[in-house]
Amino acid sequence: MLSVDGLNTHYGRAHILQGMSLQMGRGEVRVLLGRNGAGKSTTMKSIIGLVRPTSGRISFDGQEIAGEEPHRIARRGLGYVPEDRRVFADLTVMENLEVGKQTARGGMRGWTPERLFELFPNLGRMRDRPGGRMSGGEQQMLTIARTLMGNPRLVLLDEPSEGLAPVIVEQMAKAILALKGEGLTILLAEQNLHFAGGVADSATVVEKGRVVWSGTMAELRADEAARTQYLAV
Amino acid sequence: MDSIIPQLLTGLAGASSLFLVASGLTIIFGVTRIVNFSHGSLMMLGAYIGWSILTRLPRDPEWFILGLVLTVLAIALIGVVLEVVVLRRVYRAPELFQLLATFGVVLVLQDVTLWIWGAVELPLPRPRWMRGFVEIMGNRFPFYDLILIFVGPVVLGLLWLLMNRTRWGTLVRAATLDREMVAALGVNQRTLFTSVFALGAGLAGLGGALSLPNSSANLNIDLSIITDAFVVVVVGGLGSLTGAFLASLLIGILQAFGIVLVPKITLVLVFLVMAVVLVFRPNGLMGRPQAEAREATVAAPVIRAAPRELRILGLVALALAVAAPLVVGDYYLTVLTDACVAIIFATSLHFMMGPGGMASFGHAAWFGIGAYAAGLLMQWIGAPMPVGMLAAPVAAGIVAALFGWFVVRLSGVYLSMLTLAFAQIVWAISFQWVEVTGGDNGLLGLWPSEWARDPTIFYWIALVLAVGVALLLRRALFAPYGYALRAARDSATRAQSIGLDVKRLRIVALVIAGAACGLSGAIFSYSKGGIFPTYISIPHSVEALLMVLLGGLQTVAGPIIGALVYTGLADILVRSTDLWRLVLGSVIVLLVVAFPEGIAGAARRLWLRGREA
Repeated sequence: MLSVDGLNTHYGRAHILQGMSLQMGRGEVRVLLGRNGAGKSTTMKSIIGLVRPTSGRISFDGQEIAGEEPHRIARRGLGYVPEDRRVFADLTVMENLEVGKQTARGGMRGWTPERLFELFPNLGRMRDRPGGRMSGGEQQMLTIARTLMGNPRLVLLDEPSEGLAPVIVEQMAKAILALKGEGLTILLAEQNLHFAGGVADSATVVEKGRVVWSGTMAELRADEAARTQYLAV
Repeated sequence: MDSIIPQLLTGLAGASSLFLVASGLTIIFGVTRIVNFSHGSLMMLGAYIGWSILTRLPRDPEWFILGLVLTVLAIALIGVVLEVVVLRRVYRAPELFQLLATFGVVLVLQDVTLWIWGAVELPLPRPRWMRGFVEIMGNRFPFYDLILIFVGPVVLGLLWLLMNRTRWGTLVRAATLDREMVAALGVNQRTLFTSVFALGAGLAGLGGALSLPNSSANLNIDLSIITDAFVVVVVGGLGSLTGAFLASLLIGILQAFGIVLVPKITLVLVFLVMAVVLVFRPNGLMGRPQAEAREATVAAPVIRAAPRELRILGLVALALAVAAPLVVGDYYLTVLTDACVAIIFATSLHFMMGPGGMASFGHAAWFGIGAYAAGLLMQWIGAPMPVGMLAAPVAAGIVAALFGWFVVRLSGVYLSMLTLAFAQIVWAISFQWVEVTGGDNGLLGLWPSEWARDPTIFYWIALVLAVGVALLLRRALFAPYGYALRAARDSATRAQSIGLDVKRLRIVALVIAGAACGLSGAIFSYSKGGIFPTYISIPHSVEALLMVLLGGLQTVAGPIIGALVYTGLADILVRSTDLWRLVLGSVIVLLVVAFPEGIAGAARRLWLRGREA
């Protein structure tokens, strides 16, 4: 469904992604693991088009999307949830959702605020609260809900557990599993291996902008050496 | 007592017109982050196009309204063209380049308007229904002003509904907060920006057309209204509609009463209010701290010492400059002297703007203070040129230190606006305090000392001073002080956390820049033999910006190249064509679109690319 091949991305002169590659099948939940600065966020920003890759290919449903503008990529059914949440602080929950709204694509059951409030009950209780006056966990749920309003088929989720209380992380994991149950394809960036293990089918480990390990979650659990080498802090 | 009510109502009517223009400006800024200098020009076009339409229609109220609607649509359409042709190409350019580009548009529209409608003011004859009066508390009050008073709140209400009750409005508010995220959610920013610009332009057009019955369509509307609109938008808080409305009321009423009570210092009054508001509420009445730009901010490139080749080129140029009087005639000698003045003018602005990170819209203030210091000393105690030239930087430096105390607590656009306000105050003093400054007639008879009266000698003095100032400023830049200043620019908080006194660093930068600029004002005055308030006008401040931005902020040679190119360009243009504004404006727009990093910046990039390949 999504295929990234030999992606190079620069910030000015800094060479961040150095030949990044990954494949995702429909309905798969894959986690991008790696330390801070490994290139997880940049991979996501390159896919959604917020950062223009210098070279390489990104294809989504067989269509080449590298270099396209973000709004076009998003309208193809790619959703992006940024790591620092970026809720619109002055807009209410309902208005935040409105910004994310796109019409449902053929054959899909479209997301509505009501359905999202079933997934994130907290949000339903604060429809008219401005995004800036919500807790971190609530904001994180709102960003995910906002992206879902665009009825994406694939979601890029950048570190959804970052900085959240354990109880919220658990709710987050449940929500992601529910989305997986709906057949959504999810690419997750994480540093929290425990959290990732609970939701992902497969993993890609990134270091210095390229893939150093790739396989199923079960294989990663079994590969003690890889875990120590790449993921031990 | 009797005059309070009518004066208040006049103030409210003025406030409405101000709000129409300011609301468009603030909406456009909120979403696109562009401070649209050409917004006043859109209002001017609204007045002219409105005049052309309304004078052709029957004179009944319903036709008047139709005429207004047509004008609004026409100006909105012009706004769309402007956005698509110019602004869209500079959204990613640094803030000041955007400002420069829109100022280029101001120049172009000036000449286009002059060319189409001519230089004569065009008043709109008032039909009978407009000339009526209404009796309010024993005072006869013009009916049309009452209409104006209602227009402001009505427009505010409609805009509020548009912003808060429609999907379009929600998207606009979201884009004001984080436009990149809006794009990532699938919203086409282009259509959004274009439509926002069309709305803003339409509001300005409405303001222009509505102003017709009370004044006229004339060529001064653009710069006079844009200054007022800037003040309103800044006082209200950039991007805030309610703030713009409150500020319009404040400024409108202040102007109405100011003209009656203190006619001499109305201008000063308005800008003083702005300064006071900004000192207590640095983000305006209803503004919030500006979110750090959510785009990937590109760090300013490090200023490096010039490569050897450039140094050699510089030395060659200097040798040529020294030898020039032997070759060129008197006329070109004056142009070259002007160029020396321009070099100091531009390098001093560059110093506070590039390394200091403080963009000034009012750099001409220091120029004027230096000039008047020399002039007044001559007039009061007959001080000769050397004393005047020494006094100029000292005076400008002292004023800069005082002004610096409150300007350094602001940043970004607010800082620029306060410098503009300050320059307008200085201008107003020089213009209105006739007993001391001679007002519009200026101070005359300021000539160089006997020994320097020969144009060649005077040129050499100017050259020595220009080279000296440029080298000194460069030296400061590569001294520990310069590094600290640049650190403070790149991140004030980080600089503070390693123990740098950011405010002091900035005040010192302002004092250095102000003093140097004051010197250039004195040189210029001695070379022309007189001092006039125009030295402190907005266009003169913009000239300094043009030079710096043309040359580019990132190199030390930039402002020098910019000063030379600008002086040459202006000289050629003014002499060769009546449409010099049109040509200059187009050149500016083209340059900004083609070289968003300035001429020297682009040259450096090409040069480096050649090296590395």
